[in-house]
Amino acid sequence: MSPLSVLFGSLGSAVLTIALGAVLILALPRIIQWGVIDSVWSANDGAACREATGACWAFLRAKFRQITFGIYPLDQQWRPFLAMILLFACILWSLPPRNWGRSLLVLWGTAIAAFLILMQGGLFSLVPVPSAYWGGLPVTLILAVSALGIGFPLGIVLALGRRSAMAVPRILSTGLIEIIRGLPLVSLLFMSSIMLPIMLPDGMAIDKLARAGVALTIFSAAYLAEIVRGGLQAVPAGQEEASRALGLSWGQTMRLVVLPQALQKVIPPLTNTIIVMVKNTALVLVVGLFDLLSSGKAALTDPAWPSPFTETYLFIAAIYFVMCFGISRYSAFLERRASIGTAR
Amino acid sequence: MLRFWFDRRVRSAVWQVAILAAFLAAIAWLTANTLDNLARRGIQTGFGFLTRPARFPISEGFLAYEPTQTYLRAFAVGLLNTIYVSVLAIGAAMVIGFVIGLARRSLNPLVRGVAASFVEAMRNTPLVVQLLFWYAVLTIGLPSPRAALEPAPGLFLSLRGLFFPWPILSGWAVPAWIGLAAVALSVGTAWFGRTAGRAPIPPPRVIAIGGLGLAAASGWAVGASLSFDRPALQGFNFTGGATLTPEFMALMLGLVLYTSAFIGEIVRSGIDAVPKGQWEAARSLGLREPRILWLVILPQAVRLMVPPMTSQFLNVVKNTTLALAVGYPDFASVMATTINQTGQAIEGVLILMAVYLVISLSVSALMNGYNKRIMLVTR
Repeated sequence: MSPLSVLFGSLGSAVLTIALGAVLILALPRIIQWGVIDSVWSANDGAACREATGACWAFLRAKFRQITFGIYPLDQQWRPFLAMILLFACILWSLPPRNWGRSLLVLWGTAIAAFLILMQGGLFSLVPVPSAYWGGLPVTLILAVSALGIGFPLGIVLALGRRSAMAVPRILSTGLIEIIRGLPLVSLLFMSSIMLPIMLPDGMAIDKLARAGVALTIFSAAYLAEIVRGGLQAVPAGQEEASRALGLSWGQTMRLVVLPQALQKVIPPLTNTIIVMVKNTALVLVVGLFDLLSSGKAALTDPAWPSPFTETYLFIAAIYFVMCFGISRYSAFLERRASIGTAR
Repeated sequence: MLRFWFDRRVRSAVWQVAILAAFLAAIAWLTANTLDNLARRGIQTGFGFLTRPARFPISEGFLAYEPTQTYLRAFAVGLLNTIYVSVLAIGAAMVIGFVIGLARRSLNPLVRGVAASFVEAMRNTPLVVQLLFWYAVLTIGLPSPRAALEPAPGLFLSLRGLFFPWPILSGWAVPAWIGLAAVALSVGTAWFGRTAGRAPIPPPRVIAIGGLGLAAASGWAVGASLSFDRPALQGFNFTGGATLTPEFMALMLGLVLYTSAFIGEIVRSGIDAVPKGQWEAARSLGLREPRILWLVILPQAVRLMVPPMTSQFLNVVKNTTLALAVGYPDFASVMATTINQTGQAIEGVLILMAVYLVISLSVSALMNGYNKRIMLVTR
């Protein structure tokens, strides 16, 4: 069909084309006018922004460090910057399948340790910075990475437990998974921020960031467990039986035969959950942690500027969009790659 | 001895006892710590606080509520708000999501492109960012009541919310409105029945409802006319009429748009999963496209759509707790205030868990029941 007949082929199609086209033609110039022509790109304070009718991008430039690093001491902000770069580099390095292997675990272990040392300080003549002062993108990243990194093995254990022939692990795992999945994350965050200090012995302190991390980890473990379970169910029972018949132990059977096949099958839902968890880190706002979103919100309260919330929230949304959209594209790549072996 | 250890049943029993012991030990340890900590902080446990006055205000709700009333009453107000927002958001998101799902399959590239960008934008940004954005638009972005926008006569939009006329329910007004609703219902049912190709003549039920409606509506003509309570500017704010607060509107806008993107994808994949032969067969029978969709494709697609739709509904219920970010008093935020105020963390958390588990379980039970009813019956 020619483009014209696709756009105007039937009455309904033509009406929709004209209506949508009209909206776009009316809206686009206004957006460009607001975002580019009338906008303020650089200013030292809010005066220029108050007069202008367009977007106040100067605010983002002025507050860039506050939004990305929160209330981390200003003269020490090279540390979160470096830590963030480190995590991003690790993520990028982990993407190509040819880099997958045992060395990746070592790399991640080292990277997380380096991240914590850089952020926390106290070693190598770095000034100690307690986690209450951490903020912005590094907090968002470390929460997402730890929730998924610890939650994934935990989820596998829960999934294996739920499919176990033994009654005790089955009931415990099923109960845990269903309870966590029935609860909103906000209530889990509350629970861990209020209950954990009461449930631990006196003197065993656990800071706010770790408490939120615990809640996010348990939450992601329960959801990942259900996905892994789906994969396990899709592996034919003959695989496990054959492997046991060859004399492999249960542990070896799972690790070498069943899990690799199961995980391969659940890449699409797995990446969906990863995206959901990256987005969920923004919820730590409700327990008063300074992640990317809360830092942006805090920056908006500066009375020297005419709180340009549209620009700020667009900026934050754009960062999340890049991360989440990137993950979904990557998942599409993995699926294509997985289908090469089976496609004829 | 070694042979004993290699017995499968013995090993299984040993493992299970070990796991159970570890689990119970962990629980015991946490409980002991908790009791110890509570004793040290001098916190009394128990649900006695529920009947004490709450002493905090709740900005909106359906039940009449005063800060002098009990915590139990405050919880009821919050719970009703949660259910109200969930039901409304699910309903609206279904309608918009359905339109988006169809738009994603449109032959028109412009329609398809707009729908696809909407879905990607919604799905790849956190809901709480969207909620804060809408809340900012509705508060910072709108003028003060004195300079309120008036998109339609009697309708005012300002940073204090949306104000609109509300019918006064007195005298003949109630039967009149019921009558109008009944007429609309019967006309709608008759039209729906026609398009669905079911009954050429309206069934007696529809005629009865229509008759009842006409009778009641004529009461309106005889008795009083419908009168409205109209909002009017008084001092710094509007009085009269009905109000939608910015908190409520932001929460609804965010939840509905976000969820509709996910529902749109479910609708799309449900329709895509119906074999092409079904379309072709229906076309060769001479059916028009909308009727094919309605009569042939959707009934089959719904079977595939129900399980993922159920988890979306559950997500909406859980996502209503984000009301906290915009200050709408849902159940979780009432509970958060209560815990802060009373220090009864354990009781509060237990009630919170119980309430959301009950809601989640009832939604899934309802949807599973529906699923059973529409499931393909095979032998």
